[in-house]
Amino acid sequence: MQPLSKVEGRAIPFGAKNVDTDIIIPSKWLKTISREGLGNGAFESIRQDPDNIFDAPENKGAPILLAGDNFGCGSSREHAAWAIGDLGIRAVIAPSYSDIFSGNAVKNGILPVVLPQEAVDRLMEVARGGDPIAIDLEAQTVTTRFQDRFTFEIDPFRKHCLLGGLDEVSLTLESKEAISTFEAGRTSDKAWLMEGTGA
Amino acid sequence: MSKSPQTKPRTLYQKIWDDHVVETRDDGTAIIYIDRHLVHEVTSPQAFEALRLAGRPVRRPELTLAVPDHNLPTTARRDASGGKIPIEDPQSAQQLAALEKNAPDFGIRYIGDADAEQGIVHVVGPEQGFSLPGTTIVCGDSHTASHGGLGALAFGIGTSEVEHVLATQTLLLQQSRSMEVRIEGEVGPGVTAKDVIMHVIGVIGAAGGSGYVIEYRGPVFKAMSVEERLTVCNMSIEGGARAGLIAPDDTTFSYLKGRPMAPKGEAWDAALAYWKTLHTDEGAAFDKSVVIEAADIAPSVTWGTSPEDVLPITGLVPSPDSFADATKQAAAQKSLEYMGLTPGTPLTEVEVQNIFIGSCTNSRIEDLRAAADVLKGHTKAHNVRWAIVVPGSGLVKRQAEEEGLDKIFIEAGFEWREPGCSACLGMNPDKVPAGERCASTSNRNFVGRQGPGARTHLVSPAMAAAAAVKGRLTDVRTLD
Repeated sequence: MQPLSKVEGRAIPFGAKNVDTDIIIPSKWLKTISREGLGNGAFESIRQDPDNIFDAPENKGAPILLAGDNFGCGSSREHAAWAIGDLGIRAVIAPSYSDIFSGNAVKNGILPVVLPQEAVDRLMEVARGGDPIAIDLEAQTVTTRFQDRFTFEIDPFRKHCLLGGLDEVSLTLESKEAISTFEAGRTSDKAWLMEGTGA
Repeated sequence: MSKSPQTKPRTLYQKIWDDHVVETRDDGTAIIYIDRHLVHEVTSPQAFEALRLAGRPVRRPELTLAVPDHNLPTTARRDASGGKIPIEDPQSAQQLAALEKNAPDFGIRYIGDADAEQGIVHVVGPEQGFSLPGTTIVCGDSHTASHGGLGALAFGIGTSEVEHVLATQTLLLQQSRSMEVRIEGEVGPGVTAKDVIMHVIGVIGAAGGSGYVIEYRGPVFKAMSVEERLTVCNMSIEGGARAGLIAPDDTTFSYLKGRPMAPKGEAWDAALAYWKTLHTDEGAAFDKSVVIEAADIAPSVTWGTSPEDVLPITGLVPSPDSFADATKQAAAQKSLEYMGLTPGTPLTEVEVQNIFIGSCTNSRIEDLRAAADVLKGHTKAHNVRWAIVVPGSGLVKRQAEEEGLDKIFIEAGFEWREPGCSACLGMNPDKVPAGERCASTSNRNFVGRQGPGARTHLVSPAMAAAAAVKGRLTDVRTLD
């Protein structure tokens, strides 16, 4: 995973609320066995309109997406994060996310910034005017050239993983012994739980 | 061997959490042990590929169960001589073939497309006794919340997490907040588990449960069968909650006893003793509490494109002006345009051309019985172009056939299909055409969910059957 510390540039002033994962990437695109190329299907139903926001020349390759409440609700498909990443987006700014989507985003080097609706509204204004937005993960700030400065909260573990581009599986495998100890306890205490399909 | 002090009253969620903490890190993140992992073809290929690339094995293959469901066509899978009927869509075929290969390659039990036990993962898990009370259950599918109906902590995960669980049998998690949804009183006639959960989502909103694990409490849930509880917990995610659960009780235990993968003999006794401790203690505090009167719940239907857009069937299509804030008004306007509905129209006047009875929400034997009960002696209305019943598993299908339910459906003009996710999500050949309506027992009425341009009205199985008979959304209580 690519480390992420700063994202700066154009933001797509999308702003919609309750954007579900079927909107982000419709199910027909989920038949792939790869993580690549899903940008082609990203926001497909919206992009059928030739004047859509995602294909506007000024928004091509924009690294930031501005959205409304409950972004990424619905399915657990990580394809939603892959699709957004494939469009070149490295950060989303919204008042809230579905729990599964925000986790998937972080695991793919995409920063889900949480800011209050008023701040998102202000950033929408800046983005519509064509001005860039700067996100600093280390400092946990979002700034513009108009002296706007918003600070955001992020779970320290997620921040650590994003900054270092860390792979969670490797991190967890560092605790392999603790997992083995836990399993040994299980086997003596609740052996039936460890039988699974073999019961 | 719980690691937390026993003095403080705990919620059911807290108890299950405590029993699965392998390690807590300084930043509050915990390594949580995963007891059961269900795998299907759509969200797993990239995870298996990553394991191969890193040379990692599956840590506990016996705690993993693989079943294809999303892509599988629901038409016949074997020809008269038992030969495999090829799947037309090459991408679907490739994805299904990947699971069929990955499961044995990594030592995972695989239930194949033509096995009697095959079905939707969330139907198969409980049915096989693989899903058990007090366990942590995950799957790369947000409707994993279903298994909470057995008193498990069950939730959907992304593909990176699928890989993480395969490799480590754990997940790195932050504890969620706890929410109690308590329903007081008794529900009226014609009100099913589906209506109850749709009403709850209408009350809390599509994001209301975000960051929470919900425990459903009160006499309504207590009186429900396990299958009804699975329906309720299934749609927790539609209210934004990653997981929802109901404390296990005698109903749960008698449902599980004797299931193929459930503990047996002495192991059963040991399991039972543990399961009986799984309830929220008197005096335990929830971070949030929502109380609903059962009498307020009617047979329900969605009118818009979010599961929170729900109304009693006796209602009228709402006007965007009736919503409080400007964003909601704009969203309602867009939903109504997509749905082709005019404000003020009685919902019972909305014509439907398609009926779908199935999905992980409503495809179990009790669902099929409820629908057949309404359909008996009726045929579908002439304007209903397509009506299908898709049992949740091969075993549900067999049971329904033994009870003669298939004949009732076929005589009423329904197609009787093979198990799978079918028209819930527009990934396999079962789709609703653009501009047409579907009274659907599934869980999502999102834009394009059942096919591009398809208009979904979520309902219970009984209401779907009533809609088939009348050719329009219908109050099942008014049908003779």
